Amino acid sequence: MEARDAPTPGTPAYELSDVHYSYRDIPALQGLSLRIPAGERIALLGANGSGKSTLLRLLDALYFPDRGRVLAFGEVLSELHLREEAVAHAFRRRVGLVFQDTDVQLFNPTVFDELAFGPLHLGWDTGKIRQCVEAMLAEFSIGALAQRSPHRLSGGEKRRVALASVLITRPQVLLLDEPTSDLDPPSRSQIVDFLANCRGTGRTLVTATHDLGIVAEIADSCIVLQSGRLVAYGPPAEILGNEALLRSSGLLHRC
Amino acid sequence: MEEQTYRRSRRHARGDFLERMFRDLLEAMELSAHAERLAARAGFLQGLDPRIKILGLLSLALTAVLVKSLAPLAGLLGFAILLASGSHLGIVGLARRVWLPVLLLTGMIATPALFLVPGDAIARVPLLDWTITRQGARSAAFLIGRAATTASFASLLVLTTPWPHVLKALRSLRVPLVVIVILGMTYRYIFVLLGTAVSMLEAQRSRLLGPLSGREQRRLAAASTVILLDKALHLSTEVHLAMIARGYRGEVHLLDDFCARASDWIVLAGFLAVAAVALGLR
Repeated sequence: MEARDAPTPGTPAYELSDVHYSYRDIPALQGLSLRIPAGERIALLGANGSGKSTLLRLLDALYFPDRGRVLAFGEVLSELHLREEAVAHAFRRRVGLVFQDTDVQLFNPTVFDELAFGPLHLGWDTGKIRQCVEAMLAEFSIGALAQRSPHRLSGGEKRRVALASVLITRPQVLLLDEPTSDLDPPSRSQIVDFLANCRGTGRTLVTATHDLGIVAEIADSCIVLQSGRLVAYGPPAEILGNEALLRSSGLLHRC
Repeated sequence: MEEQTYRRSRRHARGDFLERMFRDLLEAMELSAHAERLAARAGFLQGLDPRIKILGLLSLALTAVLVKSLAPLAGLLGFAILLASGSHLGIVGLARRVWLPVLLLTGMIATPALFLVPGDAIARVPLLDWTITRQGARSAAFLIGRAATTASFASLLVLTTPWPHVLKALRSLRVPLVVIVILGMTYRYIFVLLGTAVSMLEAQRSRLLGPLSGREQRRLAAASTVILLDKALHLSTEVHLAMIARGYRGEVHLLDDFCARASDWIVLAGFLAVAAVALGLR
């Protein structure tokens, strides 16, 4: 599935300058500056508490920086700006976030309603919504689950439903928080295959993970975070080959 | 898996506070799973349009409240039993889960009426010398009969309709959206929190080296409740963010995808006819 309204290659999807974010007094991001080119697949690496999830939430305009600036598609991402309905709709249609905890993501009574939630709230026509939901159910092989309650699904099924519920609006940017955590090998393979197949579709992919085994397949570039700071940015081969970096940023065990 | 754990825990039940709490939580989850299985079965009520079902069963429940004599009330209860059997619900299960609790609860409320309502004496309680009156017995029978019949119709609705369909049907019957959303979310997350509570209790039990005193158990349960509340608060914040991420801006929209057939309308007419006959009988 291709991303809708893919921007011209080279235009940055995001630009962050000197971004700071804290949870009360606990700093999560400290002076983060980076540029995410549109259409690129990025792996966000770092140990627990390094700021990966916080960064994803800033990119999805769920959080806003305490200090610094986030530009999305060349526009400043601010709370005030997002209060305008047209701006919020346009942004939410272009950016999708798949949460780490599927129980958070799947809050509707049935799988069908889950998939319809995004389009309904973005003001799509109901006929088109039904058509798109049916198409996504078929694409993700979850048609048999359409009338099931999300809490009765297996971990792999939940993950597929969560992904389908975000992809239904065909976002230009897909943000994923630990998409392979708690999955059995077949479910993990399905997700990895999907992310690997996103190459060349024009969709920007930012995947937070500490599963180093999948990085080479799902990313063109890696960002390494440590204590809310950017410590490395480069191609997977370069980052994964730097054992000292991986050890110091808590991605490899110290033996 | 949960069922197996439940059965195992029942066998080894020591009857202590934590054990009982654990069993109750699992039983709540099992009951809900059982209700969902019943709703998914093929049966008379399961095949009806949920909106028609709500209107029909609601009119019958209302009739049970309005009838002025015991015969039509008994007839309505009989009709509920007929519907339950046509929907493969199992009369014994219905009796255990609905009629017995209703009888116990309303029986306690109705018992004083036997002696307090003045009228013709029909019996006398030995030793206490209390008189049971015909009018008192009639009042008690009405109270218990009405409660049992309305509870039966309500149970028929929830046991033969998946909860999401009940909510959607209520919405299409113009129940305020905010009520529907709250009910839907509560249903969705009660199981997430029940699952969390069960995991927490299992983790606690696995680390206990010996039996705890009643006081220690209650303290542990209270601490777990506090943690669970904190988790619930965190979960609600996260869910709100997940909703915003997908376009939610304070107003919820739902898809209404029911389509009543001619046979549904015929059944509704049948339900209304039964209600009219019951109201007309003296």
